[in-house]
Amino acid sequence: MASGIKDKVVILGMGCSKFGERWDSSPSDLMVEAFEECIEDAGIERNQIEAAWFGAGIDAFNVGASAMPLAIALRLNYIPVTKVENMCATGTEAFRGAVYAVASGACDIALALGVEKLKDTGYGGLPQRSRGLENDMYWPNLSAPGAFAQLATGYRAKHKHNKEDLKRAMAHVSVKSHANGAKNPKAHLQREITSDQAVNAPYIAEPIGLFDCCGVSDGSACAIVTTPEIAKALGKENLVSVKALQLAVSNGTESSHESWDGSYLKTTRIASQRAYDEAGIRKPKEEITMTEVHDCFSITELVTMEDLQLAEEGKGVTDVLDGNFDADGKTPCQIDGGLKCFGHPIGASGLRMIYENYLQLNGRAGSRQLSDPKLGLNHNLGGFPHQNICSISIVGPYN
Amino acid sequence: MFGITAYGAYVPRARLNKKSIAEANAWFDASLNTLAKGERAICNWDEDTITMAVEAANNCLVSKTGIELNSLYLASTTFPFLDRQNSVLVSEALNLDRGIRTMDIGASQRAATSSLISLLESKSKNSSLLIASEHRRSKAGSRAEMLWGDGAASLLIGSDKVIAECLGVETYAIDFVDHYRGDDSDYDYDWEERWIRDEGFLKTVPKAVNNLLDSAKVNAADIKHFILPSDQSRTPGILAKNLGIDQGAIVDNQIANVGVAGVAQPILLLTKALEAALPGEYILLVGFGQGCDAILFRATDELVHYKPFIGIEAAIKNRREELNYNKFLSFNNLVEKDIGKRGEVDKQTYLSGYNRRKDLLTGFIGGKCRECGTVQIPREKYCVNPECNMLDSQDDYPFSDKKGTVATWTADRLTFDWNPPAYFGMVQFEGGGKIMMDFTEVEEGTIDTGTKVSVHFRIRQFDTVRGFKKYFWKAVIEG
Repeated sequence: MASGIKDKVVILGMGCSKFGERWDSSPSDLMVEAFEECIEDAGIERNQIEAAWFGAGIDAFNVGASAMPLAIALRLNYIPVTKVENMCATGTEAFRGAVYAVASGACDIALALGVEKLKDTGYGGLPQRSRGLENDMYWPNLSAPGAFAQLATGYRAKHKHNKEDLKRAMAHVSVKSHANGAKNPKAHLQREITSDQAVNAPYIAEPIGLFDCCGVSDGSACAIVTTPEIAKALGKENLVSVKALQLAVSNGTESSHESWDGSYLKTTRIASQRAYDEAGIRKPKEEITMTEVHDCFSITELVTMEDLQLAEEGKGVTDVLDGNFDADGKTPCQIDGGLKCFGHPIGASGLRMIYENYLQLNGRAGSRQLSDPKLGLNHNLGGFPHQNICSISIVGPYN
Repeated sequence: MFGITAYGAYVPRARLNKKSIAEANAWFDASLNTLAKGERAICNWDEDTITMAVEAANNCLVSKTGIELNSLYLASTTFPFLDRQNSVLVSEALNLDRGIRTMDIGASQRAATSSLISLLESKSKNSSLLIASEHRRSKAGSRAEMLWGDGAASLLIGSDKVIAECLGVETYAIDFVDHYRGDDSDYDYDWEERWIRDEGFLKTVPKAVNNLLDSAKVNAADIKHFILPSDQSRTPGILAKNLGIDQGAIVDNQIANVGVAGVAQPILLLTKALEAALPGEYILLVGFGQGCDAILFRATDELVHYKPFIGIEAAIKNRREELNYNKFLSFNNLVEKDIGKRGEVDKQTYLSGYNRRKDLLTGFIGGKCRECGTVQIPREKYCVNPECNMLDSQDDYPFSDKKGTVATWTADRLTFDWNPPAYFGMVQFEGGGKIMMDFTEVEEGTIDTGTKVSVHFRIRQFDTVRGFKKYFWKAVIEG
């Protein structure tokens, strides 16, 4: 029986660029911005990094193939660098690679960095791109909102919610995140919105309206990880350790087998249960104190609350409207503003989420600081509801 | 007895109100106002000669399961491909046997009647399928735009349960150039209507028809259904009078509700005559173009028992009004439209990859697991049932004839589509299997989880750079 990752690796330092429409910044500029903050926070020299994992999502509009763009941007010292791409879970995948390397003893200090440059396409939304030669022949030409709008119709049909109630709950998800993002100087969108604004905004993909969609931004985030022993030896206190790192990848069952009804995210249920087991969490509702989840669309966040067992199945609408996931609620969600306000530079998002947990656990979250954060859960969902990749990471104080 | 054993018709659902054509164009040609009555059938952006041919053939074959087909002839002057046999693509979309003789016949408005004569004269032991389909091309603001329509029809020809017996055929071939379309032109160029009537129809048609009636020993006055495809509204009446055919026998050219459907017109009108005919009645079918084809049928007693799956009346009834002339222009490339950057993505077809997936793409064939019975699409190497996952355990399982139910859906306004919003979602099929697919021709407010759909062969994408069209199956809400 594997012992799992819990408390084997700690975060030595983290960094995160300003997210936004960074018209004047190249991917390299963004990487350096995140890295400079990170290495200063870690208190080490660049040459102490022994291996790196580089997450970048959409090659054609970003940095191109391979790990070289990271090595070149940071002038890394000919160390092993691995490029990872796993759709929207890419940032967390880079983190997983670095953490596993340290845990294995293959190296003492490793870097994980994710970057994405989405604003060089000339239009809004994620870039139009190939889904693969064969998929392109028969998949609908679906956009991301088009894919996740179907989660809303599947969820609504299963639980027999009326359209208006679900739309109002979706709006609340976005209103809450905008309120949080307004307090975060690194967020792309720092403006509060009203529920009526969200409900009445034009449809992008029915029933997803403009304010149900996350932003589209450029950004980078990174982490340097090591063992608890080395971190202590380097004089670090209040260590934040990795409690769980899990990944679940669809195998085609949801898209082609009747056992899935389109109302939930199967991978999230599987990955989160594995993560709870790995972290020794028995009662997620009681033990998880904050979450950063993949709110690519408001409906995704709402359904994810159920799939993470933070709301009962079918009761997400009520729990959201009751404010359970607001900044002052029972389990604050997207306290930094989430994808909603940071946008979703694909390679960076997972690391940006962990960065917020890390700041909160260190008491460095400024005006949005939570009073007593303990365990932070981060969730990414890459792909579409019927075919996706879910990554879960849980971090907390090192015991 | 040899003749017609089944028929099917297809008229695109969209009907363009002719007033919208006149409102846009009468400033230039005021005479269009006199033609602005009723409506005409127009292809949706994802319909063309091939997709309509599949529909018409399917509507014909559905009632004749288990028949052995010898050949499939496809007649048109608007084939999407000049060198890639269009009929074999239709044959694969219909999942017909690979041993079938397929042939494209075009280049004349009597392509369909000449094909029909050829098949009737073959007296083949097995059945033959004739499909005539036309996606008409006309210039913006032309009279043709007012008078023509898109459509397709098909006939099954053979000796089993004949509903209309062929009594004789006749052709008069002459290079009378009433119009032409060169290989570098998209549109017809025609001559004066009165000249075409007097020197063309009135001189040519009697030569074939009189010979035919003489050899069949049938009096013109006994013809009960006279089919003369023409966009000239009065010419059939004048010809009937000259030939001695009763005016009441004229089969209307449907200019007011469908439009003249080119090569498909004689076959469409024949299906119309067959729907109206009583046993023993004579039907005279004429095809006009560089001369004239004439075919004489007599309806049999079998016609009483024959119920078309979708005949012309049902096809005409299945309609939705289109008031937006600009959509028609856009769908037919009559205007250069700004489609946005998302529409600019390259649409190359990787032919080797396409060939590997052709069962799915053209035939809409999935798999059924021999071990656990799970039905699935697309078919992959391992069975999708998590309790099974058997390797190479699936037999072919066609979905093209299956009904389904909408499980999830959306109307996507972000993605590129020729007629936004793009509707798509997960379809659950009766009998098992599900796939996310496009919906087409959805009218706002008519779709939700649980809505019933059928699937139809449609255009998926255009590769305008290389001149290729991609086809796949889409779901249509059941009326």
